[in-house]
Amino acid sequence: MAAMSIPFSYIARNLAARKLTTILTAGGMALVVYVFTTVLMLSAGLEKTLVATGQDDNVIVIRRASQTEVQSSVDRPSAAIIESLPDIATGEDGHKLISREPVVLINLAKRSNGKPSNVVIRGVTPAGLVLRPQIRIIEGRMFRSGTSEIIAGRSIASGFQRAGLGESLRFAQRDWTVVGVFDAGHTGFDSEVWGDAEQMMQAFRRQTFSAVIFKLVDTDRFDAVKATLESDPRLTLEVKRESRFYAEQSEALSKFISYLGVSISIIFSIGAVIGAMITMYASVASRTNEIGTLRALGFSRISILAAFMIESLLLGLIGGLIGLIAASFMQALSISTMNFQTFAEIAFSFTLTPGIVMAALIFSLAMGFVGGFLPAARAARMKIVDALRAA
Amino acid sequence: MRGASCTWKKACWSTRDALMFALLVLRNAFRHKLRTTLTIVGIVVAITAFGLLRSIVEAWYAGADATSSTRLVTRNAISLVFPMPLTYAQKIRQVDGVAAVSWANWFGGVYISERNFFPQFGIDADTYLDMYPEFVIKPEEKKAFLVDRNGAVAGRKLANQYGWKIGDQIPIRGTIFSGTWTFTLRAIYDGADAKTDETQFYFHWKLLNETIKKRFPKRGDQVGFYLIEIRDPTRAAEISQAVDATFKNSLAETLTETEKAFQLGFVAMTEAILLAIQAVSFVVIVIIMAVMANTMAMTARERYGEYATLKALGFSNAYVGWLIFAESLAIALLGGVLGIALTFPLANAFASAMGTLFPVFGVSSQTLAMQFGAAMLIGVVAAGIPAWRAARVRIVDGLRAVA
Repeated sequence: MAAMSIPFSYIARNLAARKLTTILTAGGMALVVYVFTTVLMLSAGLEKTLVATGQDDNVIVIRRASQTEVQSSVDRPSAAIIESLPDIATGEDGHKLISREPVVLINLAKRSNGKPSNVVIRGVTPAGLVLRPQIRIIEGRMFRSGTSEIIAGRSIASGFQRAGLGESLRFAQRDWTVVGVFDAGHTGFDSEVWGDAEQMMQAFRRQTFSAVIFKLVDTDRFDAVKATLESDPRLTLEVKRESRFYAEQSEALSKFISYLGVSISIIFSIGAVIGAMITMYASVASRTNEIGTLRALGFSRISILAAFMIESLLLGLIGGLIGLIAASFMQALSISTMNFQTFAEIAFSFTLTPGIVMAALIFSLAMGFVGGFLPAARAARMKIVDALRAA
Repeated sequence: MRGASCTWKKACWSTRDALMFALLVLRNAFRHKLRTTLTIVGIVVAITAFGLLRSIVEAWYAGADATSSTRLVTRNAISLVFPMPLTYAQKIRQVDGVAAVSWANWFGGVYISERNFFPQFGIDADTYLDMYPEFVIKPEEKKAFLVDRNGAVAGRKLANQYGWKIGDQIPIRGTIFSGTWTFTLRAIYDGADAKTDETQFYFHWKLLNETIKKRFPKRGDQVGFYLIEIRDPTRAAEISQAVDATFKNSLAETLTETEKAFQLGFVAMTEAILLAIQAVSFVVIVIIMAVMANTMAMTARERYGEYATLKALGFSNAYVGWLIFAESLAIALLGGVLGIALTFPLANAFASAMGTLFPVFGVSSQTLAMQFGAAMLIGVVAAGIPAWRAARVRIVDGLRAVA
């Protein structure tokens, strides 16, 4: 006899028959999927923010082994040597597109709770603005060179005290007026404060820059430029593509978040799988007679196994979808925390990617599969006579 | 049976009644062995996970808990990245109420690979260790450290993690202070109690300063932070203000706070992650509540017939309700106790896997109390609807019910 499969509507109705049980079991799975998804979204959001920060044809030069701009120092003679490279692109005004930038951390108090956090202050030059085309002033205006004016990134202006438009910050013995708020298109620069590079150097009494950033004429020349600078005996510098540099800064924190999140989700899923197992065992037990009848009608053991597996997978899928929908609302939120690698505040939002949706659905189906397998096998193994005889 | 004057609420049961009730609850609980076992396993997993997550959150605060109220930290008001001149030491010492002053620089180096993170400080050796009586060092080792300008001190936990012994050469690649620095391990300190951080690495600030001076004469004689010991902890706020007032309107204005506030500042910066872990630790309890509530709902549904029979025999509605309630509590209690017991070995395994990332990691009595409370809460919430339904079931309907 050809294998006949049990109609899908029959399977689905079994779930509808016991609503409270279905809701509780699917609800447990939904919570697990919710945690799983939000954590992956968080990690993806951080990565996306920092990867988008760097431009592929921009090159950043920092002191060898310093890892971050804040720890780095590049003195003026070294900066001059870099500037003499022939591979640097030229802007519309005929000047070379190279920016020597001091980058420091200052403590600012958060608006939400008044607690201090480290915020990046970057001194930039006109060329530095050309190098970051994603920057747009959304409120107020650009700072004027040679003054104590600053502009604040979107996240800083809204998240920190005294950093909003028209307010002023006091550091390095000066009051700095916030004359503009800029949007950096959801990149790391949204969490920075920018001002005039030379003003910053004077105010912080710095002799050295933190980093030198320039644009390549030809992006393929990167390896040659890197070799030239790193082999120059007068320099102890490290050369990186800007995109790579920022991507590396997200590695530790995003790995930490996703490892922690995934291990938590797996532990939690044990609970949800047990819930599914209890439900499916009860479903099998209360339908022993039915199973006997189905078998007597000619449905094979495989069909019975498949029917209960599909019921369990459906349960998992319902939970997964509810969890995913709940998690997708998190996209409206953004989170601001300290990046361990740079010790600086970074704001990023929960980002849902197709990959995460797939992973969440597979995860929920896997929970349904594991939870349903043993009960389904029990149902399939029943002997027709015993099943029909059962009370 | 009960005496005429007794009601359920007055609870004047005879011992026999109570035993009978307990027996009924236990027999019921283990009627479906597989289901009960699965439920208990679920609760064990949830309670253990909850305990571990709470312990992680507490470990985050461990640095702040281990501080002393007689120590203040002075740093540059702009942020920790900016140094202060060495000359401040003399001025701070003159502030009224200050007993001793020491200083240190954060080194931020890398040992072999970036993954091996532990804090390293260049310390003013003569004064710094004296301020930390909770770091117990053998006198001969301490002396050996003090006389060797390349010497270093490491915490016991740190030394164990990398298998360091006294006399070993430890190369550390500087990120802030470039080049590879090789230190000789001269002393290993033990913590005075379980709260003490045993993952720190100290070497001579003098060595750091001399090397910087040779390379960049202008960057020499700079201090990352000052540590101040005060005689009277109740004067901490006043002394902090006095210190900061001394350097007001100078090139490097200072910010002085208690060691605890200083440490909590670091915790606050990663608060978002901490809040997420805390939230998630409650989610697991809700998940298992749903599972347990499902178990109890199914159990009660299957037994409507029996409950109706009990009622027909004269047992009160409340008695039937309490039967389910007690069964749910019994299962939750069993799962909770097993979960709590399992937390200890798992926390130990986790702590050794994490190494020096969490300097202090343990399960506190507060965590245990919360685990127990969570288990009871699961039992109570799960029983709510089923107990109420069973208590309300009408005898006729119950007798007619088919599971």
